[in-house]
Amino acid sequence: MNEHGDSFVHIASVKLLLVVWIALMFGTWLTVSASTVDLGFLNIWVGLAIATGKAVLVALYYMHLRWDKPFNALVFLGAFFFLFLFIGFAMMDTAHYQPDLIPGYSPGMVGGS
Amino acid sequence: MADHGHDRGDGLRVEHHFENADQQYQSAKLGMWIFLGTEILFFGGLFVAYSVYRANHPEVFVFGHHFLDKGLGALNTVILICSSLTAAWAVRAAQLRQIGMLKLMLTLTMLCAFGFMGVKTVEYNSKWKHGLLWAGSYEPHLDHTDPATDLIHNEDFEDGGDIEGVDAVETDESGTADVESAPTDTDRSAIDPAAVGPPGLAGPEPEAEGEEALEIEPANAQVYFSIYFLMTGLHGIHVLAGIGAFIWLLLCARRGDFDTGHFTRVDMVALYWHVVDLIWIYLFLLLYLI
Repeated sequence: MNEHGDSFVHIASVKLLLVVWIALMFGTWLTVSASTVDLGFLNIWVGLAIATGKAVLVALYYMHLRWDKPFNALVFLGAFFFLFLFIGFAMMDTAHYQPDLIPGYSPGMVGGS
Repeated sequence: MADHGHDRGDGLRVEHHFENADQQYQSAKLGMWIFLGTEILFFGGLFVAYSVYRANHPEVFVFGHHFLDKGLGALNTVILICSSLTAAWAVRAAQLRQIGMLKLMLTLTMLCAFGFMGVKTVEYNSKWKHGLLWAGSYEPHLDHTDPATDLIHNEDFEDGGDIEGVDAVETDESGTADVESAPTDTDRSAIDPAAVGPPGLAGPEPEAEGEEALEIEPANAQVYFSIYFLMTGLHGIHVLAGIGAFIWLLLCARRGDFDTGHFTRVDMVALYWHVVDLIWIYLFLLLYLI
């Protein structure tokens, strides 16, 4: 009765699911450990790299992107591309304002207002 | 027993506008991926706010993250990763028509989601007790066992006296800063200054090193908590929606909708759940582990 057929459905094996789970747990441990080591400005980038590695594992295996139609991956990566543009332009903009800032003065940011 | 005969567009029924079940399934999936893309962009706005504020005021984030419990954050990360495993397993069970296994995995995923919200409740509650809330409600009053015992002193602000145009601020008993007078740099811009501003911003940090840095609250620490509550709050709403979706799936499973090997719904909800997990992976890193 299964009209989905087997041609386009990928069924992940239990072993694969568990291996990915172990990798994700290890990644979590690694992130927490890396945050306790002072690497200066590198800390955030190391953390982001590990987090992105975990995200890629989730997307490829738990979300089946590896066996999915490439177009689905393109849609998802497209969202990240536009997010990158969004953050990138916002950061460039705020960096341009840095020379104009009055030291110690930041309007409109008082608590309790 | 299952009622396969119903006409709700589920089960094995292929809607008339689809060629076959394959096309129907792939269309559902594409739609889901587009939705997940919009979810990423939905959170994207908050990530932009985070990036901009952190780039401009890193000291606020360093200060704020001392009030988050790394252990609870890590616990929630582990809970969500486990729930991702069970969600992926539920898809496998639905594909293989292992209904008992499917129900077990859906229940486990849902319990993980409840566990996550439980831990979140404990965290929010402690923030609430200490007045560590978003901008308008930020009134820190900490116990003396906390790292930042002496939150604000007048001296901290008066020390920054080399800041031109800004007077020292007073603090009241609750530890919040009141500004006596605002700078009047109206000549810098045609737009009036938006509001009063305390010193200590957008400039070199006050001289504080190591442990001492913990005791000095940077100006505008409330910004960190605004961002914290917005990001984790929006994520929490998604977790609640996920709980609803899993309850729905469990009801479907009980009704026998998945007996036919129709697993599209389980697959779609699991995809959504994985994105919720994926976003938390970044939130944990960016908010707790600064």
